[in-house]
Amino acid sequence: MKYMLLINAGSVAEDGSADGCDVQDWVNFDKAVQDAGIFVSGESLADLVTATSVRVAADGTRTVVDGPFAETREVLGGFYVIDVPDLDVALEWAARCPGALGGGSVVVRPVADFA
Amino acid sequence: MSSSETGAAVEAVFREEHGRLLAALVRRFGDLDLAEEVTSAALEAALVHWPVQGVPAKPGAWLMATARRKAVDRLRRDQAYAAKLALMQVDAVTEPVEGAEFPDDRLLLFFTCAHPALPPEVRGALTLRCLAGLGTPEVARAYLVPPATMAQRIVRAKKKIREARIPFRVPGADEWPGRLPGVLQVLYSIFTEGYVASSGPSLQRADLAAEAIRLVRILRLLLPAEREVAGLLALMLLVHARRDARTAADGSIVLLQEQDRGRWDGPMIAEGLALVRVALTGGPAGPYAVQAAIAALHDEAASVATTDWPQVVALYDVLLVLTPSPVVAVNRAAAVALRDGPAAGLVLLDALRDSDKLRDYGPLHVARGELLERLGRRGEAVSAYGKALDLAGTEPEQAHLRRRLAALSS
Repeated sequence: MKYMLLINAGSVAEDGSADGCDVQDWVNFDKAVQDAGIFVSGESLADLVTATSVRVAADGTRTVVDGPFAETREVLGGFYVIDVPDLDVALEWAARCPGALGGGSVVVRPVADFA
Repeated sequence: MSSSETGAAVEAVFREEHGRLLAALVRRFGDLDLAEEVTSAALEAALVHWPVQGVPAKPGAWLMATARRKAVDRLRRDQAYAAKLALMQVDAVTEPVEGAEFPDDRLLLFFTCAHPALPPEVRGALTLRCLAGLGTPEVARAYLVPPATMAQRIVRAKKKIREARIPFRVPGADEWPGRLPGVLQVLYSIFTEGYVASSGPSLQRADLAAEAIRLVRILRLLLPAEREVAGLLALMLLVHARRDARTAADGSIVLLQEQDRGRWDGPMIAEGLALVRVALTGGPAGPYAVQAAIAALHDEAASVATTDWPQVVALYDVLLVLTPSPVVAVNRAAAVALRDGPAAGLVLLDALRDSDKLRDYGPLHVARGELLERLGRRGEAVSAYGKALDLAGTEPEQAHLRRRLAALSS
């Protein structure tokens, strides 16, 4: 069963990394995910100031705006998709993810299966 | 045996066996909906066959064999289940041996129903449904919501269990300390909902509290070495023993100091006291054991005046360390007032009143009102009771506070 771990950074340091953990923590976590053979995909996202939103109205008009700049404290900073047997295992990996530290959170969502 | 007698026998057996049957089927097939469906189908079959053939020697095993046969039939028929059938290597050829005992898998249902990924308000409802064998309408009545609302909550919870794949498993030893308190919390919340209904016309719903006690008895059977399970059962019994004395014939509240202690349930207290000793022996006491010990001191005393208040305060000190909470601090302050006098208790309550968590906590204002009244500070007592009245959820609580207000102004 595939689960997406949506990594919401709590507070972001000057260099763009999440507070409460350093680069080495991420390297270690990434290696653990790879070594466990559960890695499906994963990316970390560029800084939020680079984000752009697109909307298309009913009449086809396209609106492109800078942002969004979330008013919430948490910002989606990256994701993993892992393949594990059940939610308990997925939650265990989410708890080990450095993004869950320092006021951040990891949202665990099953990937829909239309098979 | 008449058909109505058989019907009653079937119902008694079913309520007893429902949880065991459901748990064993969930473990076997990994599918709660299927397990519920064939559990019901097995009962219907019993209603047809037992009046004719008599109740089998091992009714549980008969129900289990019937349910498994129906599950296999259902899996065979259902195309969508075909792959699953192969995957689970369901043994469709060999008929389950009738009369064979099956293991008690109810522990995994306790853990799944109390899973932290489920919304808190639905964990108790699922537990009552799966393990106490209550139907959705009965569960809805227990929580004072319309049956359709409860049905929707349960459907959503089951959808989450199925689609997010919340596993049917007993957590491993390393997860145990994090998960067992969640199970106990669910059972205690069912009990307190029965003990002090959060809203509605009646102060207590004894049948819900009795249901919670029945569930903890099952858990104690499954986990005889867990002292906090013994502690929780002790706490429930020692509190529930006072149920008949807590309300007057007209449904109004009778305070602890005015209760007729002769109406307390002696055998239930005796059972609770024996369990408190179990819960307190063999290592550091857990929070339920300590709360049970406090309830025991009340139950053992002949009156409020002769209650061992220094010991009660000491136990609240322990509880405050184990589970620091402003609510515990309020109860401790009330006990201090009985040990050292109302002024000492009031100092503690006034300090607590300013915390955000307690500003809208009714019992704090009731306790303040009582102490202010005893100190002769009528005006302040009136405003404390008035604040409590605004916050009171049940009609008997409101009536009680109106009476106290009326007495103060006369």
